[in-house]
Amino acid sequence: MVERYSSNRSNGEGLSVERLREDFPILRQQVHGRPLVYLDNAATTQKPQAVIDALIRYYTEDNANIHRGVHALSVRATRLYESARRTISAFLGACEPEEIVFVRGATEGVNLVAQSWARPRLARGDEILITGMEHHSNIVPWQIICRQTGAVLRVAPIDDHGALVVDEYERMLSPRTKVVALAHVSNALGTINPVQSLIRSAHSFGAVVLVDGAQAVPHQAVDVAGLDCDFYVFSSHKVYGPTGVGALYGRRSLLEQMEPYQGGGEMIRSVTFEETTYNDIPYRFEAGTPNISGAIGLGAAIEYLKAVGMDWIAAHETDLLAYATESLKRIEPLRIIGTAPDKAAVISFVLPRIHAHDVGTVLDRAGVAVRTGHHCAQPIMDRFGVPATTRASFALYNTRADVDALVAGLEEVLKVFG
Amino acid sequence: MSDLRDLYQELILDHNNRPRNKGRIEGADRVAKGHNPLCGDHVTVYVKLKDGVVEDVTFEGSGCAISTASASLMTESLRGKTLEEAKALFAKFHGLVTGEVAENGQGSGLGKLEVFSNVCQYPARVKCATLAWHTIRAALEDKDEPVVTTE
Repeated sequence: MVERYSSNRSNGEGLSVERLREDFPILRQQVHGRPLVYLDNAATTQKPQAVIDALIRYYTEDNANIHRGVHALSVRATRLYESARRTISAFLGACEPEEIVFVRGATEGVNLVAQSWARPRLARGDEILITGMEHHSNIVPWQIICRQTGAVLRVAPIDDHGALVVDEYERMLSPRTKVVALAHVSNALGTINPVQSLIRSAHSFGAVVLVDGAQAVPHQAVDVAGLDCDFYVFSSHKVYGPTGVGALYGRRSLLEQMEPYQGGGEMIRSVTFEETTYNDIPYRFEAGTPNISGAIGLGAAIEYLKAVGMDWIAAHETDLLAYATESLKRIEPLRIIGTAPDKAAVISFVLPRIHAHDVGTVLDRAGVAVRTGHHCAQPIMDRFGVPATTRASFALYNTRADVDALVAGLEEVLKVFG
Repeated sequence: MSDLRDLYQELILDHNNRPRNKGRIEGADRVAKGHNPLCGDHVTVYVKLKDGVVEDVTFEGSGCAISTASASLMTESLRGKTLEEAKALFAKFHGLVTGEVAENGQGSGLGKLEVFSNVCQYPARVKCATLAWHTIRAALEDKDEPVVTTE
Protein backbone atom coordinates (compact mmCIF):
# COMPACT_ATOMS: atom_id res chain seq x y z
CA MET A 1 0.00 0.00 0.00
CA VAL A 2 2.80 2.37 0.84
CA GLU A 3 3.98 2.30 -2.78
CA ARG A 4 1.05 4.56 -3.57
CA TYR A 5 2.56 7.24 -1.41
CA SER A 6 6.21 6.71 -2.19
CA SER A 7 8.51 8.90 -4.15
CA ASN A 8 8.68 8.12 -7.83
CA ARG A 9 12.45 8.38 -7.69
CA SER A 10 13.94 4.96 -8.16
CA ASN A 11 17.44 5.64 -6.85
CA GLY A 12 20.06 8.31 -6.34
CA GLU A 13 21.92 7.58 -9.56
CA GLY A 14 22.54 10.62 -11.74
CA LEU A 15 20.83 12.98 -9.34
CA SER A 16 21.71 16.63 -9.29
CA VAL A 17 20.71 19.20 -6.74
CA GLU A 18 19.06 21.21 -9.51
CA ARG A 19 16.77 18.26 -10.28
CA LEU A 20 16.05 17.63 -6.63
CA ARG A 21 15.05 21.24 -6.11
CA GLU A 22 12.19 20.67 -8.54
CA ASP A 23 10.69 18.31 -5.96
CA PHE A 24 10.23 21.18 -3.52
CA PRO A 25 7.54 23.57 -4.76
CA ILE A 26 8.06 26.10 -1.96
CA LEU A 27 11.53 26.87 -3.26
CA ARG A 28 10.08 28.35 -6.46
CA GLN A 29 9.04 31.59 -4.79
CA GLN A 30 10.49 35.01 -4.27
CA VAL A 31 10.74 36.72 -0.89
CA HIS A 32 10.93 40.53 -0.84
CA GLY A 33 11.41 40.34 -4.60
CA ARG A 34 14.42 38.04 -4.38
CA PRO A 35 14.62 34.29 -5.01
CA LEU A 36 14.13 32.40 -1.74
CA VAL A 37 17.34 31.03 -0.26
CA TYR A 38 16.20 28.82 2.59
CA LEU A 39 18.98 28.19 5.11
CA ASP A 40 16.93 27.51 8.25
CA ASN A 41 16.80 23.75 7.84
CA ALA A 42 17.90 22.92 11.37
CA ALA A 43 14.65 24.55 12.50
CA THR A 44 12.50 22.81 9.93
CA THR A 45 12.95 21.49 6.42
CA GLN A 46 10.80 22.11 3.37
CA LYS A 47 8.60 19.31 2.06
CA PRO A 48 8.96 17.46 -1.23
CA GLN A 49 5.94 17.03 -3.49
CA ALA A 50 5.89 13.32 -2.57
CA VAL A 51 5.12 14.19 1.05
CA ILE A 52 2.56 16.83 0.14
CA ASP A 53 0.91 14.32 -2.21
CA ALA A 54 0.84 11.66 0.50
CA LEU A 55 -1.05 14.01 2.82
CA ILE A 56 -3.49 15.09 0.11
CA ARG A 57 -4.13 11.53 -1.03
CA TYR A 58 -4.63 10.28 2.50
CA TYR A 59 -7.26 12.92 3.23
CA THR A 60 -8.78 12.60 -0.25
CA GLU A 61 -9.07 8.82 -0.34
CA ASP A 62 -8.33 7.03 2.93
CA ASN A 63 -9.09 9.16 5.98
CA ALA A 64 -10.45 7.09 8.88
CA ASN A 65 -9.57 6.24 12.45
CA ILE A 66 -7.23 3.32 12.84
CA HIS A 67 -7.14 -0.02 14.69
CA ARG A 68 -10.86 0.01 15.48
CA GLY A 69 -13.02 0.19 12.42
CA VAL A 70 -14.02 -2.85 10.41
CA HIS A 71 -14.80 -0.79 7.35
CA ALA A 72 -12.57 -0.43 4.31
CA LEU A 73 -11.27 3.05 4.99
CA SER A 74 -10.23 2.16 8.53
CA VAL A 75 -8.44 -0.94 7.29
CA ARG A 76 -6.64 1.11 4.65
CA ALA A 77 -5.69 3.89 7.08
CA THR A 78 -4.42 1.32 9.60
CA ARG A 79 -2.38 -0.40 6.95
CA LEU A 80 -0.81 2.87 5.81
CA TYR A 81 -0.04 3.94 9.37
CA GLU A 82 1.59 0.62 10.23
CA SER A 83 3.41 0.60 6.92
CA ALA A 84 4.97 3.94 7.88
CA ARG A 85 6.09 2.36 11.17
CA ARG A 86 7.79 -0.44 9.24
CA THR A 87 9.47 2.09 6.94
CA ILE A 88 10.88 3.99 9.92
CA SER A 89 11.95 0.79 11.65
CA ALA A 90 13.90 -0.38 8.62
CA PHE A 91 15.36 3.07 8.01
CA LEU A 92 16.74 3.30 11.55
CA GLY A 93 17.92 -0.29 11.61
CA ALA A 94 15.62 -1.28 14.49
CA CYS A 95 15.13 -5.00 15.07
CA GLU A 96 11.36 -4.82 14.61
CA PRO A 97 8.59 -2.27 13.95
CA GLU A 98 7.24 -2.68 17.50
CA GLU A 99 10.32 -0.82 18.69
CA ILE A 100 9.08 2.35 16.96
CA VAL A 101 6.63 4.52 18.90
CA PHE A 102 4.92 7.41 17.14
CA VAL A 103 5.20 10.59 19.19
CA ARG A 104 4.63 14.27 18.51
CA GLY A 105 8.31 14.80 17.88
CA ALA A 106 11.77 14.40 19.39
CA THR A 107 10.76 16.51 22.38
CA GLU A 108 7.88 14.23 23.30
CA GLY A 109 10.13 11.21 22.78
CA VAL A 110 12.58 12.53 25.38
CA ASN A 111 9.75 13.32 27.79
CA LEU A 112 8.25 9.86 27.31
CA VAL A 113 11.51 8.16 28.22
CA ALA A 114 12.09 10.54 31.11
CA GLN A 115 8.65 9.97 32.61
CA SER A 116 8.10 6.34 31.71
CA TRP A 117 11.54 4.83 32.07
CA ALA A 118 13.53 7.14 34.33
CA ARG A 119 11.00 8.49 36.81
CA PRO A 120 9.98 5.17 38.39
CA ARG A 121 13.56 3.91 38.50
CA LEU A 122 15.64 6.83 39.74
CA ALA A 123 16.22 7.73 43.36
CA ARG A 124 18.05 10.36 45.36
CA GLY A 125 21.74 10.40 44.50
CA ASP A 126 21.35 8.75 41.10
CA GLU A 127 22.80 10.72 38.24
CA ILE A 128 21.66 11.76 34.80
CA LEU A 129 24.49 12.77 32.49
CA ILE A 130 23.91 15.10 29.56
CA THR A 131 26.34 17.19 27.51
CA GLY A 132 26.98 20.91 27.35
CA MET A 133 25.67 21.09 23.79
CA GLU A 134 22.11 19.91 24.44
CA HIS A 135 19.17 22.03 23.41
CA HIS A 136 16.39 22.74 25.86
CA SER A 137 14.36 19.66 24.90
CA ASN A 138 17.13 17.40 26.15
CA ILE A 139 17.78 19.44 29.30
CA VAL A 140 14.44 20.42 30.78
CA PRO A 141 12.79 16.94 30.88
CA TRP A 142 15.78 15.72 32.89
CA GLN A 143 15.65 18.71 35.23
CA ILE A 144 12.02 17.79 35.87
CA ILE A 145 13.01 14.18 36.61
CA CYS A 146 15.70 15.38 39.02
CA ARG A 147 13.14 17.45 40.90
CA GLN A 148 10.74 14.51 40.98
CA THR A 149 13.22 11.85 42.09
CA GLY A 150 16.11 13.63 43.82
CA ALA A 151 18.50 12.54 41.08
CA VAL A 152 21.32 14.87 40.09
CA LEU A 153 21.83 16.32 36.62
CA ARG A 154 25.45 16.40 35.51
CA VAL A 155 26.75 18.10 32.38
CA ALA A 156 29.78 16.88 30.43
CA PRO A 157 31.67 19.94 29.14
CA ILE A 158 32.43 21.00 25.58
CA ASP A 159 35.67 22.61 24.43
CA ASP A 160 36.26 25.91 22.64
CA HIS A 161 35.55 24.28 19.29
CA GLY A 162 32.19 23.01 20.52
CA ALA A 163 33.31 19.37 20.70
CA LEU A 164 32.50 17.18 23.67
CA VAL A 165 35.45 16.72 26.04
CA VAL A 166 35.33 12.95 25.85
CA ASP A 167 37.89 12.34 28.63
CA GLU A 168 35.80 14.42 30.99
CA TYR A 169 32.62 12.63 29.89
CA GLU A 170 34.28 9.28 30.65
CA ARG A 171 35.39 10.55 34.07
CA MET A 172 31.88 11.69 34.94
CA LEU A 173 30.41 8.24 34.30
CA SER A 174 30.06 6.05 37.38
CA PRO A 175 27.80 3.34 38.75
CA ARG A 176 25.56 6.20 39.94
CA THR A 177 24.91 7.20 36.30
CA LYS A 178 21.51 5.77 35.43
CA VAL A 179 20.74 7.72 32.28
CA VAL A 180 22.91 9.30 29.63
CA ALA A 181 21.06 11.63 27.25
CA LEU A 182 22.99 13.23 24.42
CA ALA A 183 22.60 14.79 21.03
CA HIS A 184 23.83 12.86 18.02
CA VAL A 185 24.34 16.22 16.28
CA SER A 186 24.16 19.65 17.93
CA ASN A 187 21.56 21.99 16.43
CA ALA A 188 23.45 25.14 17.39
CA LEU A 189 27.03 24.08 16.65
CA GLY A 190 26.73 21.27 14.12
CA THR A 191 29.02 19.07 16.22
CA ILE A 192 28.65 15.36 15.50
CA ASN A 193 29.20 13.34 18.67
CA PRO A 194 31.02 9.98 18.54
CA VAL A 195 27.89 8.37 19.93
CA GLN A 196 28.89 4.76 19.38
CA SER A 197 31.89 4.95 21.71
CA LEU A 198 30.04 7.23 24.14
CA ILE A 199 27.26 4.64 24.37
CA ARG A 200 29.76 1.83 24.90
CA SER A 201 31.31 3.72 27.82
CA ALA A 202 27.92 4.48 29.35
CA HIS A 203 26.85 0.86 29.06
CA SER A 204 29.99 -0.28 30.85
CA PHE A 205 28.56 1.46 33.93
CA GLY A 206 25.07 0.10 33.34
CA ALA A 207 23.53 3.39 32.24
CA VAL A 208 20.66 3.54 29.78
CA VAL A 209 21.40 5.83 26.82
CA LEU A 210 18.99 8.07 24.94
CA VAL A 211 20.26 9.69 21.75
CA ASP A 212 18.55 12.81 20.45
CA GLY A 213 18.84 12.31 16.72
CA ALA A 214 16.69 15.24 15.60
CA GLN A 215 19.63 16.83 13.78
CA ALA A 216 21.28 13.59 12.65
CA VAL A 217 18.57 11.64 10.83
CA PRO A 218 18.18 14.26 8.04
CA HIS A 219 21.88 14.25 7.26
CA GLN A 220 23.40 10.80 7.66
CA ALA A 221 22.49 7.13 7.77
CA VAL A 222 21.58 6.09 11.31
CA ASP A 223 21.70 2.51 12.56
CA VAL A 224 20.31 2.18 16.08
CA ALA A 225 21.28 -1.49 16.36
CA GLY A 226 24.83 -0.70 15.28
CA LEU A 227 25.03 2.19 17.73
CA ASP A 228 23.61 -0.11 20.42
CA CYS A 229 21.62 2.80 21.87
CA ASP A 230 18.65 2.12 24.14
CA PHE A 231 16.47 4.98 22.94
CA TYR A 232 16.68 7.20 19.86
CA VAL A 233 14.35 10.08 19.04
CA PHE A 234 13.81 12.26 15.99
CA SER A 235 11.23 14.66 14.53
CA SER A 236 9.44 14.28 11.23
CA HIS A 237 9.49 17.96 10.29
CA LYS A 238 13.28 18.05 10.32
CA VAL A 239 13.45 15.14 7.86
CA TYR A 240 11.23 16.66 5.17
CA GLY A 241 8.03 15.30 6.76
CA PRO A 242 5.01 17.01 8.35
CA THR A 243 5.08 18.78 11.71
CA GLY A 244 3.57 17.32 14.87
CA VAL A 245 4.89 13.81 14.55
CA GLY A 246 8.14 11.97 15.19
CA ALA A 247 9.42 8.65 16.33
CA LEU A 248 10.93 7.13 19.41
CA TYR A 249 13.01 4.01 18.96
CA GLY A 250 13.23 1.93 22.13
CA ARG A 251 14.86 -1.38 22.75
CA ARG A 252 12.04 -3.93 23.10
CA SER A 253 13.24 -5.19 26.48
CA LEU A 254 13.10 -1.64 27.88
CA LEU A 255 9.81 -0.62 26.28
CA GLU A 256 8.18 -3.74 27.70
CA GLN A 257 9.23 -2.78 31.22
CA MET A 258 7.80 0.70 30.92
CA GLU A 259 4.46 1.92 32.23
CA PRO A 260 2.30 3.92 29.81
CA TYR A 261 3.14 7.58 29.42
CA GLN A 262 -0.44 8.75 28.91
CA GLY A 263 -3.76 6.98 29.45
CA GLY A 264 -6.64 6.49 27.05
CA GLY A 265 -7.53 5.07 23.68
CA GLU A 266 -5.17 2.74 21.93
CA MET A 267 -2.92 2.10 24.93
CA ILE A 268 -5.59 -0.05 26.58
CA ARG A 269 -6.47 -3.71 26.10
CA SER A 270 -9.35 -3.87 28.55
CA VAL A 271 -10.78 -1.50 31.10
CA THR A 272 -13.05 -2.02 34.06
CA PHE A 273 -13.48 0.49 36.84
CA GLU A 274 -11.31 -1.78 38.98
CA GLU A 275 -8.49 -2.57 36.60
CA THR A 276 -6.96 -1.74 33.26
CA THR A 277 -4.83 -4.06 31.19
CA TYR A 278 -2.39 -2.25 28.99
CA ASN A 279 -1.86 -2.98 25.34
CA ASP A 280 1.37 -4.36 23.89
CA ILE A 281 4.19 -2.15 22.70
CA PRO A 282 4.21 0.14 20.82
CA TYR A 283 0.46 0.83 21.18
CA ARG A 284 0.85 1.11 24.94
CA PHE A 285 2.51 4.45 24.31
CA GLU A 286 0.17 5.77 21.64
CA ALA A 287 -2.82 6.91 23.67
CA GLY A 288 -5.70 8.51 21.83
CA THR A 289 -6.07 8.96 18.11
CA PRO A 290 -2.53 9.52 16.84
CA ASN A 291 -1.35 11.85 14.10
CA ILE A 292 -2.26 9.37 11.37
CA SER A 293 -1.68 11.63 8.39
CA GLY A 294 1.54 12.87 9.97
CA ALA A 295 2.87 9.35 10.39
CA ILE A 296 1.97 8.51 6.80
CA GLY A 297 3.61 11.75 5.63
CA LEU A 298 6.71 10.86 7.64
CA GLY A 299 6.77 7.45 5.97
CA ALA A 300 6.61 9.18 2.58
CA ALA A 301 9.45 11.53 3.60
CA ILE A 302 11.64 8.60 4.53
CA GLU A 303 10.83 6.84 1.27
CA TYR A 304 11.91 10.03 -0.46
CA LEU A 305 15.18 10.15 1.49
CA LYS A 306 15.86 6.53 0.67
CA ALA A 307 15.26 7.19 -3.01
CA VAL A 308 17.70 10.10 -2.99
CA GLY A 309 20.12 8.11 -0.87
CA MET A 310 21.61 9.10 2.48
CA ASP A 311 25.11 8.73 1.03
CA TRP A 312 24.30 11.26 -1.68
CA ILE A 313 22.83 13.65 0.90
CA ALA A 314 25.79 13.30 3.26
CA ALA A 315 28.31 13.89 0.46
CA HIS A 316 26.38 16.86 -0.91
CA GLU A 317 26.04 18.51 2.49
CA THR A 318 29.69 17.87 3.33
CA ASP A 319 30.64 19.70 0.15
CA LEU A 320 28.30 22.58 1.04
CA LEU A 321 29.71 22.81 4.57
CA ALA A 322 33.27 23.03 3.27
CA TYR A 323 32.33 25.62 0.65
CA ALA A 324 30.30 27.70 3.12
CA THR A 325 32.98 27.54 5.80
CA GLU A 326 35.65 28.75 3.38
CA SER A 327 33.36 31.44 1.98
CA LEU A 328 32.40 32.78 5.41
CA LYS A 329 35.97 32.76 6.63
CA ARG A 330 36.74 35.32 3.94
CA ILE A 331 34.35 37.77 5.62
CA GLU A 332 36.96 39.34 7.81
CA PRO A 333 35.32 40.10 11.17
CA LEU A 334 33.05 37.03 11.14
CA ARG A 335 33.61 34.41 13.84
CA ILE A 336 32.23 30.89 13.49
CA ILE A 337 30.93 29.40 16.74
CA GLY A 338 31.37 25.65 16.61
CA THR A 339 34.39 24.38 14.74
CA ALA A 340 34.50 20.76 15.85
CA PRO A 341 36.40 18.51 13.45
CA ASP A 342 33.35 16.34 12.89
CA LYS A 343 30.49 18.62 11.89
CA ALA A 344 27.13 18.50 10.16
CA ALA A 345 26.17 21.22 7.68
CA VAL A 346 25.32 23.86 10.28
CA ILE A 347 27.27 27.09 10.67
CA SER A 348 26.64 29.41 13.60
CA PHE A 349 28.46 32.71 13.53
CA VAL A 350 28.68 36.17 15.03
CA LEU A 351 29.77 39.53 13.67
CA PRO A 352 31.37 41.90 16.16
CA ARG A 353 29.07 44.68 17.37
CA ILE A 354 26.24 43.59 15.09
CA HIS A 355 23.41 41.76 16.77
CA ALA A 356 22.19 38.55 15.15
CA HIS A 357 18.68 39.97 14.77
CA ASP A 358 19.93 42.85 12.70
CA VAL A 359 21.88 40.36 10.58
CA GLY A 360 18.73 38.28 10.17
CA THR A 361 16.61 41.24 9.08
CA VAL A 362 19.07 42.38 6.42
CA LEU A 363 19.49 38.81 5.13
CA ASP A 364 15.72 38.39 5.02
CA ARG A 365 15.44 41.42 2.76
CA ALA A 366 17.96 39.70 0.49
CA GLY A 367 15.67 36.66 0.38
CA VAL A 368 17.97 34.62 2.64
CA ALA A 369 16.20 32.85 5.52
CA VAL A 370 18.47 32.07 8.48
CA ARG A 371 17.85 31.58 12.17
CA THR A 372 18.99 34.18 14.64
CA GLY A 373 18.84 33.85 18.38
CA HIS A 374 19.87 31.27 20.92
CA HIS A 375 18.41 28.27 19.02
CA CYS A 376 16.74 26.92 22.17
CA ALA A 377 20.23 26.22 23.46
CA GLN A 378 20.92 29.08 25.86
CA PRO A 379 23.63 27.22 27.81
CA ILE A 380 25.66 26.97 24.60
CA MET A 381 25.38 30.71 24.05
CA ASP A 382 26.56 31.25 27.64
CA ARG A 383 29.47 28.86 27.05
CA PHE A 384 30.71 30.96 24.15
CA GLY A 385 29.82 34.30 25.76
CA VAL A 386 27.45 35.46 23.05
CA PRO A 387 23.78 36.46 23.45
CA ALA A 388 22.79 34.97 20.11
CA THR A 389 24.20 33.73 16.85
CA THR A 390 23.17 33.73 13.24
CA ARG A 391 22.82 30.16 12.01
CA ALA A 392 22.85 28.93 8.45
CA SER A 393 21.86 25.29 8.21
CA PHE A 394 21.79 23.30 5.01
CA ALA A 395 19.65 20.60 3.45
CA LEU A 396 19.80 18.37 0.41
CA TYR A 397 18.27 21.08 -1.83
CA ASN A 398 20.76 23.83 -1.01
CA THR A 399 23.39 24.85 -3.52
CA ARG A 400 26.70 26.68 -3.66
CA ALA A 401 24.70 29.56 -5.16
CA ASP A 402 22.73 29.68 -1.88
CA VAL A 403 26.02 30.07 -0.03
CA ASP A 404 27.02 32.86 -2.43
CA ALA A 405 23.70 34.61 -1.72
CA LEU A 406 24.39 34.34 2.01
CA VAL A 407 27.83 35.87 1.56
CA ALA A 408 26.43 38.71 -0.59
CA GLY A 409 23.78 39.32 2.08
CA LEU A 410 26.42 39.48 4.79
CA GLU A 411 28.39 42.01 2.78
CA GLU A 412 25.21 44.08 2.73
CA VAL A 413 24.97 43.71 6.52
CA LEU A 414 28.48 45.07 6.88
CA LYS A 415 27.62 47.95 4.57
CA VAL A 416 24.54 48.89 6.63
CA PHE A 417 26.25 48.58 10.00
CA GLY A 418 29.90 49.06 9.02
CA MET B 1 18.01 46.96 -0.27
CA SER B 2 17.00 50.62 -0.17
CA ASP B 3 13.99 49.83 2.00
CA LEU B 4 16.34 48.64 4.73
CA ARG B 5 17.30 52.27 5.18
CA ASP B 6 13.69 52.96 6.09
CA LEU B 7 14.16 50.72 9.10
CA TYR B 8 17.78 51.41 9.88
CA GLN B 9 17.64 55.18 9.58
CA GLU B 10 20.72 57.22 10.37
CA LEU B 11 19.33 58.33 13.72
CA ILE B 12 18.79 54.70 14.76
CA LEU B 13 22.26 53.67 13.66
CA ASP B 14 23.71 56.66 15.49
CA HIS B 15 21.95 55.79 18.75
CA ASN B 16 22.98 52.16 18.32
CA ASN B 17 26.62 53.10 17.91
CA ARG B 18 26.58 55.80 20.60
CA PRO B 19 23.73 55.05 22.99
CA ARG B 20 22.78 58.01 25.17
CA ASN B 21 22.19 57.73 28.91
CA LYS B 22 23.73 54.29 29.14
CA GLY B 23 24.72 53.34 32.66
CA ARG B 24 23.17 53.04 36.05
CA ILE B 25 21.83 55.59 38.52
CA GLU B 26 23.06 54.90 42.01
CA GLY B 27 20.17 55.27 44.42
CA ALA B 28 17.57 55.19 41.67
CA ASP B 29 13.97 55.46 42.85
CA ARG B 30 12.81 52.85 40.38
CA VAL B 31 14.64 49.97 38.71
CA ALA B 32 13.16 47.33 36.40
CA LYS B 33 14.62 44.56 34.32
CA GLY B 34 13.31 43.48 30.94
CA HIS B 35 14.15 40.36 29.02
CA ASN B 36 13.15 38.96 25.69
CA PRO B 37 13.68 35.20 25.92
CA LEU B 38 13.22 34.80 22.17
CA CYS B 39 16.36 36.69 21.29
CA GLY B 40 18.28 36.95 24.55
CA ASP B 41 18.03 40.75 24.71
CA HIS B 42 17.96 42.20 28.17
CA VAL B 43 17.68 45.69 29.54
CA THR B 44 17.65 47.32 32.96
CA VAL B 45 16.21 50.80 33.37
CA TYR B 46 16.90 53.20 36.23
CA VAL B 47 14.65 56.13 37.06
CA LYS B 48 15.17 59.06 39.39
CA LEU B 49 11.97 60.86 40.26
CA LYS B 50 11.44 64.29 41.75
CA ASP B 51 7.97 65.59 42.61
CA GLY B 52 6.35 63.11 40.26
CA VAL B 53 8.62 64.07 37.37
CA VAL B 54 11.24 61.87 35.69
CA GLU B 55 14.39 63.74 36.67
CA ASP B 56 16.85 61.23 35.28
CA VAL B 57 16.54 57.94 33.41
CA THR B 58 19.23 55.56 32.16
CA PHE B 59 19.54 52.02 30.87
CA GLU B 60 21.95 49.11 30.73
CA GLY B 61 21.85 45.91 28.75
CA SER B 62 22.51 44.41 25.39
CA GLY B 63 20.43 43.98 22.32
CA CYS B 64 20.12 44.60 18.62
CA ALA B 65 20.31 47.98 16.91
CA ILE B 66 16.58 48.53 17.14
CA SER B 67 16.30 47.75 20.84
CA THR B 68 19.44 49.70 21.75
CA ALA B 69 18.38 52.78 19.77
CA SER B 70 14.88 52.50 21.17
CA ALA B 71 16.17 52.44 24.75
CA SER B 72 18.52 55.33 24.05
CA LEU B 73 15.90 57.54 22.43
CA MET B 74 13.40 56.56 25.11
CA THR B 75 15.63 57.91 27.84
CA GLU B 76 15.99 61.20 25.98
CA SER B 77 12.27 61.46 25.48
CA LEU B 78 11.23 60.72 29.04
CA ARG B 79 13.42 63.15 30.89
CA GLY B 80 11.32 65.92 32.39
CA LYS B 81 8.05 64.09 31.82
CA THR B 82 5.49 63.52 34.57
CA LEU B 83 4.46 59.94 35.25
CA GLU B 84 1.22 60.51 33.41
CA GLU B 85 3.00 62.03 30.42
CA ALA B 86 5.46 59.13 30.38
CA LYS B 87 2.64 56.59 30.33
CA ALA B 88 0.90 58.48 27.56
CA LEU B 89 4.12 58.49 25.55
CA PHE B 90 4.40 54.71 26.04
CA ALA B 91 0.93 54.29 24.60
CA LYS B 92 1.68 56.51 21.61
CA PHE B 93 5.00 54.80 20.91
CA HIS B 94 3.44 51.35 21.22
CA GLY B 95 0.74 52.39 18.79
CA LEU B 96 3.35 53.68 16.36
CA VAL B 97 5.53 50.57 16.22
CA THR B 98 2.65 48.12 16.18
CA GLY B 99 1.02 50.06 13.36
CA GLU B 100 -2.12 50.74 15.38
CA VAL B 101 -1.96 54.47 14.74
CA ALA B 102 -1.32 56.48 11.61
CA GLU B 103 2.32 56.56 10.67
CA ASN B 104 2.17 60.20 9.79
CA GLY B 105 3.85 61.92 12.69
CA GLN B 106 2.22 65.31 12.26
CA GLY B 107 1.24 66.43 15.71
CA SER B 108 1.79 63.02 17.23
CA GLY B 109 4.03 64.44 19.90
CA LEU B 110 6.53 61.67 19.38
CA GLY B 111 9.29 63.87 18.00
CA LYS B 112 12.46 61.94 17.28
CA LEU B 113 10.70 58.69 18.11
CA GLU B 114 8.99 58.98 14.74
CA VAL B 115 12.17 57.40 13.40
CA PHE B 116 10.67 54.05 14.45
CA SER B 117 7.58 54.49 12.28
CA ASN B 118 8.72 51.77 9.85
CA VAL B 119 9.19 49.11 12.51
CA CYS B 120 5.58 48.08 12.03
CA GLN B 121 6.57 46.90 8.54
CA TYR B 122 8.88 44.37 10.23
CA PRO B 123 6.58 42.43 12.59
CA ALA B 124 9.45 40.26 13.85
CA ARG B 125 11.19 43.37 15.13
CA VAL B 126 8.35 45.05 17.04
CA LYS B 127 9.38 43.29 20.23
CA CYS B 128 12.90 44.72 19.87
CA ALA B 129 11.56 48.27 19.72
CA THR B 130 9.22 47.87 22.68
CA LEU B 131 11.34 45.94 25.21
CA ALA B 132 12.77 49.03 26.90
CA TRP B 133 9.35 50.68 26.90
CA HIS B 134 7.61 47.74 28.57
CA THR B 135 10.41 47.79 31.11
CA ILE B 136 10.14 51.50 31.86
CA ARG B 137 6.39 51.15 32.26
CA ALA B 138 6.98 48.44 34.85
CA ALA B 139 9.47 50.72 36.58
CA LEU B 140 7.06 53.63 36.63
CA GLU B 141 4.29 51.41 37.94
CA ASP B 142 6.80 50.16 40.53
CA LYS B 143 6.34 46.49 39.70
CA ASP B 144 8.82 44.07 41.22
CA GLU B 145 8.31 41.34 38.63
CA PRO B 146 10.88 41.26 35.83
CA VAL B 147 9.36 42.15 32.49
CA VAL B 148 9.41 39.32 30.02
CA THR B 149 8.18 40.33 26.66
CA THR B 150 7.86 38.53 23.43
CA GLU B 151 5.30 41.15 22.42
